[in-house]
Parts: sequence; structure tokens; C-alpha cells
Amino acid sequence: MTETYQPVLLKRVGKPNSQSLAGYQADGGYQGLRKALAMSPTEVIDIVANSDLRGRGGAGFHCGSKWRFLPKNVQGPIYLCINGDESEPGTFNNRVLIEEDPHQVLEGIVIASYATGASTAYFYLRYEYGRCYRALDAAIQEMYAHNLLGKNILGSNFSLDIYLHRGAGAYICGEETGLIESLEGKRAWPRIKPPFPAVEGAFRRPTVVNNVETLACVTHILDRGVEWFKSMGVPKDPNNPRDVGSYGPKLYCVSGHVNKPGLFELPLGITARELIDGYAGGVWKGRKAKAVVPGGISMGFLSADELDTPLDFAGPGRAGCLGLGTAAVVVIDDQTCMVDVLYNLCRFFAHESCGQCTPCREGTAWSMKILQRIREGRGKLSDLETLEQISSSIGIIPGTTICGLADGAAWPIKNALKKFRPEFESYIREGRKTSMREVVGAH
Amino acid sequence: MGTVFVDDKEVEVGPNQNLIQAAQLAGVEIPHYCWHPDLSVVASCRMCLVEVGERKPDGTESMIPKLVPACQTPAKPGTIVKTDTPKVKASQAQTLEFLLLNHPLDCSICDQAGECYLQDYTYKFGKASSRLDEPKVQRKDKYHIGDQIALFTDRCVMCTRCVRFTREISGTAELQVVSRGSVEEIDVFPDQPCNNKLAGNVVDLCPVGALCSKDFLYKKRVWWLKSQDSVCTGCSTGCSIEVDQNENRIYRLRPRPNPLAQGSFMCDEGRFGWKYVHSEDRLNSPRIGRASAIATSVAALSAVTGSSSGLGQDAMIGYNDLAYVDPWPDALSATRTMFRTAAASGRLMGIFSPMMTCEEAYLLARFLRGIDKQAVLALGPVPLIGEDDLYPKDHRGNPPERSKARFIIRNEKCPNRLGVTEVLRGFGSRLLDFSSVPELIANESISAAFVVGGYVGGWPDSVFVERLPEKLKLAVLDLLPSALTDRADVLLAGGSFAEREGTVINHAGLAQSLRTAMRPIGESRPDGRILYELNDRKGLFHARSVREEWSRELPRLAALADKPIPDQGLKLPLGEAMTGAVS
Repeated sequence: MTETYQPVLLKRVGKPNSQSLAGYQADGGYQGLRKALAMSPTEVIDIVANSDLRGRGGAGFHCGSKWRFLPKNVQGPIYLCINGDESEPGTFNNRVLIEEDPHQVLEGIVIASYATGASTAYFYLRYEYGRCYRALDAAIQEMYAHNLLGKNILGSNFSLDIYLHRGAGAYICGEETGLIESLEGKRAWPRIKPPFPAVEGAFRRPTVVNNVETLACVTHILDRGVEWFKSMGVPKDPNNPRDVGSYGPKLYCVSGHVNKPGLFELPLGITARELIDGYAGGVWKGRKAKAVVPGGISMGFLSADELDTPLDFAGPGRAGCLGLGTAAVVVIDDQTCMVDVLYNLCRFFAHESCGQCTPCREGTAWSMKILQRIREGRGKLSDLETLEQISSSIGIIPGTTICGLADGAAWPIKNALKKFRPEFESYIREGRKTSMREVVGAH
Repeated sequence: MGTVFVDDKEVEVGPNQNLIQAAQLAGVEIPHYCWHPDLSVVASCRMCLVEVGERKPDGTESMIPKLVPACQTPAKPGTIVKTDTPKVKASQAQTLEFLLLNHPLDCSICDQAGECYLQDYTYKFGKASSRLDEPKVQRKDKYHIGDQIALFTDRCVMCTRCVRFTREISGTAELQVVSRGSVEEIDVFPDQPCNNKLAGNVVDLCPVGALCSKDFLYKKRVWWLKSQDSVCTGCSTGCSIEVDQNENRIYRLRPRPNPLAQGSFMCDEGRFGWKYVHSEDRLNSPRIGRASAIATSVAALSAVTGSSSGLGQDAMIGYNDLAYVDPWPDALSATRTMFRTAAASGRLMGIFSPMMTCEEAYLLARFLRGIDKQAVLALGPVPLIGEDDLYPKDHRGNPPERSKARFIIRNEKCPNRLGVTEVLRGFGSRLLDFSSVPELIANESISAAFVVGGYVGGWPDSVFVERLPEKLKLAVLDLLPSALTDRADVLLAGGSFAEREGTVINHAGLAQSLRTAMRPIGESRPDGRILYELNDRKGLFHARSVREEWSRELPRLAALADKPIPDQGLKLPLGEAMTGAVS
């Protein structure tokens, strides 16, 4: 199936006029919205719920259920927040979607707002995405001019305004309640839950937060139907009643030591090996992969013999990773030192920890310092136990932090020490293997 | 409202309580830094993590597999809290190790040592050593963070209580978190220090030695301090306080949390307003004769008593190099004689200060009415300065509506106008405006007046003194010199709030106890004792036994006569209570 797959989300990427409303409508755009407006909001929610669309932002939450969490018969406004803060290292699917085909995303926003009853949508865009900002800004103006936004959209009773909000350059703003705080003009410290955003979110109003790719999928689910969406992907595990399957197309970002890094749209469930060898041109310089990050660096590592793991929502978890995450696959070749890799990741999380919860604030920085000391040749074997212990005691999984940043910081440490422990031990005993490349760069 | 099971102890909890409070009811301490009952819940220090579950009506238990912050979890009926499982203990030890990673080991020079939650919790819940092998993060101290507060940046545990206080209680929002991750700090904007009138509270709120009071800094190790529960006499809010004293010197006042009075906080005016207690100017001995007269003539003495009653040749009563002579018996007897003599030629008058306790006012009223049944009793000047100051301010600095105020600094700068008024009313006194008193003295042919001061800046009304008739005999009970004390024919050196005991009634009718925190200065005496002995009573002055005798004369204060006043005070139905928020 994957050989014959025709991209849907990326169909218009690279075409001339792919950003313009005229081009989008010539390619059949805004049909999903027209279909949605002909239905009741509840019917739209049912369609999205039946498609078992799961959030593409990292956590993989069931989108229809999230919309249904909104309280019934709300008096006053409901808000939709679009999470375009895309800051997981290795991830660039939102960026391509917005830069190349903004109307596809915006159509999904209007549909989602109609379904949830949102009267205002706040598009939270990563600050560094300047081209995205310009593309979105232009597209939104076109929509207002053509009655696709504003009062009585396409002659219906539904009205919607979109505000484009640029972030302030912090990883934590991608966490949904951190995003809401930042949107409100505060420091992006994730909120304690409950109350969940569906009950009390932006400006203390019921709020839905969806990822850009998720909303792009909504457009196509409405346009092409649930059957189309569920015709691809990995079905529900009949033995696990809580599994909702991994349906639909997914944008896989492949980067690192491959010949052809890029963004590939494929049905969920492709294996890491197929993705690297079949689409990304294989590992570069004729080398082998030593480790592969399955979905953004917070998800941990697949080792070389776990590359047949399917990259659906459940696959990486079975291989001991945190999950599929953003499906940002980073390939690390066999000439790379894992101590350096792990140091680099830990430095990222120490820098990005918002500093609210003690375990994350101190744990991420301490892990980085220990790895730095190991790299300087002053490591002790007991440091590995300390690292393991730190990584097992921070995060929402043990319950010691408010948000999942610390889990993401802990997982690469856990995976690296479990899957590559001999390399760490020999590094501590014998020092750096000089043939290995220094991978640590500035971030 | 329902039963909560804390480590298998059952406690009944009320509504809106969290698991820390439920555990407190069960006598179990759940350690915490960021949570404070009067601030919003952030659940960020992660010190209060516990295991939580639910006991269902059928008796089965189900536990949540992960740790849960006790501060954030409501104490619902049937909740099970486990605070001493290996998982909880390991988490507490781990969190403390994290908190201590970059914390300097400078307890020996830290003001907080001895009352530091990092010390206490480490001792109770932590481990003896750290595995940190790297240099600690060092950050610059910030003495500029406020006129009254200094920040020792690297002692901070980032609980953000101080930040939330300035946002939620004072509303002034000077303090904030800057930077991110393990290098984040508390800071202020350049040239915008934390100088609001409630700023001193952040020092109390700080669970560690990061925010320190400059006034107290390096003055005294806290374990030498003795605390006495008392009441702030700075305004009619009547904040419950603790007076911390060592060797008869006050070092600091701290708010004592009391939901019936002010809540958990106090204002800086009250917090630092005790300095007059140790003023060099304090009257430290009684004096017989006007100040001017004494300087020129020993004859002044006989002028006071109206005869040469043999009070001795030395009018300057006080210490003698050769033999100690207690000046008080003579001073008290001179006062009694003065009023008895004066009663023959006119009315007696008492001017009662709103700085007095109810017991003192009662004793003075008894003294004057004991000599002259028609003695005029009037309330002295009530210091009103500006308007009530309501918090939290909004971002433009405007006060909130009174019903939404979380702290009020009142403009009535005295503790007991209500209580003294009640005593005067009990003695059938007309309530006079103080400005009419000088006329009254002239019209009603007052022959002698007893005036009580006790005001923080000394007697406030010098015009009043100038208008006093030359022939009026004047006894003054005060603690700081003024034109009034100079004019006094007998001057009685009284005590400050720290030296006295008695009852004061705040703006809302809450009666609270002033308690003796230190001995009197020099030869001065607590007002209660002076007035007690002036009444020719034997034995020692006890506020409570004075209250016991007043139930007939002061029915509206009878509730105070029956039983000891609780630590949180006793709300009296005085009917004159001000409306608005209790704070």
C-alpha cells in the first residue's frame, strides 16, 4: 500500500500558487467546510470522532473525545487554540503545511470551530516561523475578503474570527496549558489540572487546543469521509479495549544522518527501516544506523535492532520509547558517540525546562552537568545509576511534575542507558573513542 | 462534611479543604513549600506528594498508581491519604536533594537558620548527603530588591510564594521570576523595588532564607528570641501578632495568622512601627510637679498637693546613688491627693485615650467616679490619617471594592476606640467630640483632669494644651514627652503595648488580648498596674480579674468577663462594627 500511496496533506506542496485562495479553491478547497456547514455541529463532531483521528502534536489524544469534553450548553464564548508552536527538535511538519498550503489548515480551523462552537480561534505560531506567519497572515486576509472568516461564513449563521499570535521562543509554549498562559501574556508555566482547558482554558473560558496537522486532517476527513481516513493506518488492537488505533496519513519528518532528509506523508504504521531506507535514501556515507529517534527527541531511542518497529501510536511504546510523539525521526549513524548525543539532548531540556516544578528544574540541569563531566573524562560508573535514578523520578508518569516536559527529558536518558549502556561504561572507563565525531553543536 | 483517612487515622474535614489541611487535622505533617492557605495553589515545589486513593462505600480501596500533590487534591469524603509509604518517602528525599543541589551551605550565617523549612524538612524527610559532584550555581545577592527586604538569590527554592503575594494580596506585582530552568531567579524590574506597604510579608512567606528583612538582618539568632502572642496597636484592624523579644528588647513583630482578625499578614507600618518602644525619649520615671516649675523651684511640690504634706525636699524623685527609693508610692499618693482636693472645688474629668485597653479605661473610670460621682469622662483624640488603604491594588494602583479587599490598613491609627467607647458608655458618659473638651473644661468648672496619652508620636494636640486653664490640676499618664507631659502636675510614666496586658477591640468588634512581652523601661510601669494601684487596690494587676468585676457595669462587655479570651479573640456583638471585609 505504501508504494502506491498518493499524498493528501502534502498534495499541493511545491505547486505554483499553493498558498493562494484561488489556487486552493481550484484544487477543490473549502469543500470540506461547505459539507460541514450543511451539517449540525454535533454531526461534525461525530464524524471526527468516528474517524478515530488522534492528535498529531505528540500525545496522540483522541480528537473527537477532546471536542466532546467541552461542557454542554455553555453560556459565553468558547475558544479554539491552534498549537503551531512546533518546537520539538527534528519536527517540521507543521511548518511545511503552513508555509506551503495554509488554507488547508485554516479550513480545518473553521470546521473545528464550527463543530466545537468556538467563536474565536487563536493561532499560536512559533516565533521563529516568519514565513509561516506571512503565509498565514495573507491567507487569513483572503478568507475575510471571501466570507470564509468573519460574520456569517458562506451565508451560514456561523461567525468566526482568527487571531494570529506569535510565540516567544520557548519549547514549553507547545504544552497546551503553557500555550494558553503565554497567549494570555503570562509566563508559559503549564497549569495544574484539573481544571482542564475544555472546562477552563484561555481567558478562563472553555477551550480546545489542537495541533496544526490534526486540523489539516479534519479538513480531509470532512471532504473525503471517514472511510477514506480509516482505510489506512493500523486498526485497533482487539485485545486492548482502550486502544483507539492509528488511522490516517501522517507526516514523518526524517532528519539526521540520512541521504535524503525530508518530510514524507505515509499511512501510519510504516516501520522505521522502511522509512529510512525506502524514502529517506538510507543512512548516509554507507554507514549503519546506531540509534533512531522515533518521534522527536523526547520520545527516546530505537536501537539498530529495533528498526522494524512500526511508527504508529503504539509501536514505539512497545520498543520502550515514550511514544510516537511528533513522528520526527532522527537517524544517528554508527560513528556517533551516544554520550555526546545524550548530552546534547539533556542540554536542550535543561535549557527549556520552564523551572516551575522542582524535579524537572533541578533534574534536567543536574543530568546535563553529570553528562558534561563524563564527557570531560571525570565520569564515574555510579553516575549512570544517578542518571537512571533522576530519570525515573521526574515527570508526570511518576507524578512529580505538572507537565510532560520532564518525561520527555527523562526518556532519552532511560533509553540510552538501557540500550547503549556498554558504550557509556566504556566511555567512562577508557575515555572518548577518538574516531567518533563530535556532534554537539550550538542550539 | 466527610471522613478522610490519613495514614489510617480518620478525620472529619470541612468543605474546601485540601489534603495538607486534612492531614493537619489528623496531626500528620505533609511537608510543603509553595502552598500557603492564603495564596493560589501552584503545586510546583512537589514537596507534598503523597499516595492517594478512595475508600468506596462497600469498603474496597483503590489507589492512584502515581504520586499526587496533596495541596492540589481536595479532601473529598472517602479519600485515602498515605504519607509514609516508601514511595512517598523516597520522593520527599529526592525532592529535597533536588532543592539542595544549588542551595549554599551557609546556614551558619543565614538569618533563617532555626526557623527554616529547608533545614527542618531535610532533618525529617531528607538524606544526609548529596550526590552532586558539580559546582553549585552561584547567583548574586539582591540587596536592592526592596527598602526593607533583601534577596539572597541562591538560597531561593523557587516556591514563588512572594511573587504570588505581590500579585494576589498587595496587587502591586513587583516581584517576578526571570530566566528559566535551574538558573531562574526572583527579581524586580530595574529601579522598581518591592516597596509596597505590605512588602514585609514576603519575608515571612519565604520558607527559606532567601528573602530577609533588612531591619532584622544579622541582629539576632532566632533561637534566642522569645515569642509572645499579642495584637498590633498601629491601627483599628488589630492584626494578631507575635512579639519576638530577647533580653527585654524587641527584635521584630510578625503576623500571627488569625482568620477572625486580619488573615495571615500585617502591614509594614505595624511590622516596623515598634521602634518607639525603645526610644531614648521614653518617660522612664514618674514626676511630681510641672516640668518648668521643677527646674526653678522645689516649692512646686507643695503647690500640687495644696499643702506642704512632707513629700520630701527632693522633688526629683528617682534613683539615688546611695539608696534606692521607689518613686511610685509618692507619685500615686500625690495623684490621689490632687484629685481628692480638687473634687472639693469643682468637677473631675478623665480624658481616655483610644490607645488604652478596656481594663485600663475601666480602672481609670472607677478611680475618677470613686472620688466624684459626676466626673466627666471623655474620649481623647482619635488619630485619623488619610483613608483606609485597601488591597489588592489593581494594575493602575487603584484600590479594590471594600467587599473584595484582602487586606485593609485602616486610617484609624489606634487599637481600641471601640473598646474605650464601650467602657465610657457603660459608665453613662456622654460621647463627646474631643474638640469640644476645652470649652467643657471652662464651662463645667473642671478643677482637675486625668489625661491618658500613649500615642506613638506623643500627645498629638498641642493647641489643646495651650488652652488648658492655668489653675487646672493635671495628671498625665503617657510614655513619650510632649507639651502635655510638661504641663502635667503629676506625670505617670506608662508602658507601650509590649509592656502591658489587657483587651483591645478592633474595628469589627473582635476583642483580643495584648500580652506582656517585656518588662517596663526604667522606672516606668504598665498602665494597668498604675491605675490598679491608684484605686488603692491590694495585690497585683491582672487583666482577667479586672474583667471579672465589670460584668454588671459593662453588660455589653460581659462576655469578656466569663472566660479567658481565646488566642484568636472573641467577636462581640457591639452593633457598631464596621461593615466590609474581615481582614
